[in-house]
Amino acid sequence: MYVAVKGGEKAVKNSQRLVAQKRRGDTRLQKISMDQITNQLGLGVDRIMAEGSLYDITAAAMAIHQAQGDMMEAVFLVRAFRTTLKRFGNSIPVQTTKMTAIRRVSGIFKDIPGGQILGPTYDYTHRLIAPDPDQGPDAGSDRHMETDTAPPNHAAACEDISPLPEELPRVIDLLQAQGLLQQDDIRPPGDAAEDLTRQPLAFPVSRSLRLQALARGDEGFILGTAYSLQRGFGLDRHPFLGELKVGYVAVRYTPPELGFDIHVGRMKLTECVMVNRQDDAARKAAGFETGYGLVFGQNERKAMSMSLLDRSLAAEKNTGKTDYPARDPEFILSHCDNVESSGFVQHLKLPHYVDFQSELVFIRNRRKDHTPDKGNR
Amino acid sequence: MPLSYNFAYLDEQSKKMIRRSILKAIAIPGFQVPFGGREMPLPYGWGTGGIQLTAAVIGPDDRLKVIDQGSDDTVNAISIKAFFKKTAGIETTEDTERATIIQTRHRIPETPLQNGQIMVFQVPIPEPLQFIEPKKSQTVKMHGFEEYGSMHVKLYEDIAKFGRIATAFDYPVQVHQRYIMSPSPIPKYDNPKLHRSPAVHLFGAGREKRIYAVPPYTDVVSLDFEDYPFELEKWDGACAVCGSTDSFLDEIITDDTGTRMFICSDTEYCQKKSGNTFS
Repeated sequence: MYVAVKGGEKAVKNSQRLVAQKRRGDTRLQKISMDQITNQLGLGVDRIMAEGSLYDITAAAMAIHQAQGDMMEAVFLVRAFRTTLKRFGNSIPVQTTKMTAIRRVSGIFKDIPGGQILGPTYDYTHRLIAPDPDQGPDAGSDRHMETDTAPPNHAAACEDISPLPEELPRVIDLLQAQGLLQQDDIRPPGDAAEDLTRQPLAFPVSRSLRLQALARGDEGFILGTAYSLQRGFGLDRHPFLGELKVGYVAVRYTPPELGFDIHVGRMKLTECVMVNRQDDAARKAAGFETGYGLVFGQNERKAMSMSLLDRSLAAEKNTGKTDYPARDPEFILSHCDNVESSGFVQHLKLPHYVDFQSELVFIRNRRKDHTPDKGNR
Repeated sequence: MPLSYNFAYLDEQSKKMIRRSILKAIAIPGFQVPFGGREMPLPYGWGTGGIQLTAAVIGPDDRLKVIDQGSDDTVNAISIKAFFKKTAGIETTEDTERATIIQTRHRIPETPLQNGQIMVFQVPIPEPLQFIEPKKSQTVKMHGFEEYGSMHVKLYEDIAKFGRIATAFDYPVQVHQRYIMSPSPIPKYDNPKLHRSPAVHLFGAGREKRIYAVPPYTDVVSLDFEDYPFELEKWDGACAVCGSTDSFLDEIITDDTGTRMFICSDTEYCQKKSGNTFS
């Protein structure tokens, strides 16, 4: 008679055994190696690193494998690993103008200093499922393939294109020089940087925490809410892509015991600046405002969506308006984390017998109150 | 990848931070203290707030009991116990009286708690005003100014509509005549157990990153009106297993035709009452 409440331990063990079996699949097939995942599913690895907020290609690949390709589960695994890591200091803010870019586009000026670089993108491919996409006229030869484990030396890896410039000035500097940009506080906070993973979100939220939350937020949520802005739920005109850049930056760190900075590694980043026209009568001069996006790995839709939201969420401070979800910092930032939202939605699978029992008792008592012999209708 | 973890999973710095938040919470009973909630290897909604509290207060000599819906053997309780067995190597128990720390989801044990015991509650939504005012920026002010009129209006509206207060679990309480607090989704049947309880009650909300507490021997009063006093759930029968008439009963459907029986939700209490020994 205790069947309903007993037997949890055995059930959990069996369930975990079944998961392991499902993950392995048909044992006649070869197991996927981590190198195959980092090399051939690189954009997936990038997404896991971004939302897991940990730049660790190996951990991300292991998580994808362990989660059977369930990306949110993989993000969760990486987060649970990241949370145990020791923090030994803050790096020197990375210089994205010194990025070794593999891709750089602007939607506002045709000719930009340093030039546009199309680089690897699906933007102009035809989405036809091919039996083997690596064969055929559109495919690059193997020697052009670059991997994250060996960051590209462009002179060698891309021998059929001209070498890229060492330094790419920011496109919005062109607008800045003409005094057309609304000034945002863009100074890097340095050692005083707040850390979203060490402190709870409190509102109103600073820009650095806002950007952190967006950078690790769920790609789908960030994309969908940015899209709602474009459809008039928060923006009344068309935004423009100032600059979108993908490439590798050097990470430098000054250990206190050394006193000088050292190169500790390279990271692939996607950086985006969106430009919006601003001519509210209430404010001083007409001009442009910007929104900023920065994401681990190559993830352009995420970086672009993030920069749209960065701008719209800053607007609340200026206008006090939170009339649309995508203009409301509390709505967006409290709901963009997929480890949080996935956990809370799915906790409904846990038993709620006691709570439901309380509801049943309430409903039955209420029905009793309303039986005709008690005088109620 | 390093595969060794600290005692009870969390690193000592994180534990210190959580302990400081607990001390503040105890100093201001019922006040929600924001804390730097960590990501845990269990999902949000599975008790990450409670697990962090337990991890921060547990020591090698503690005896941990974990219950979910009153039962020691539901999957989530088993999983949390296994987590602490693995990461802290501590002793676990089902015996309420022997436990030094009791982590719970949705119930307070029927066996009266003693001074020195720590109750740890898993809290999904720490803000009692959440469904009246979803914005944290507002509710913080409402607590600050003790502006609780809207909560009383909500309860009044229940009475006007249903003839009684319609909240059956997570029934709001006022702690030490000051803060209105969510007792977590325990049935309101359990609310009186918090009032002047000799144990310390810690509440942890992982996703919402809040900790709050009820220190021992503190007034915890369920909100009501003079003419509509707080009332408890009542059952017509007794527990089909132990015959108890003074415990919270779960309804069990026993066959396909919908035959029902009622048994204690607190399985340990039920076993003790019916004279079963622990395996």
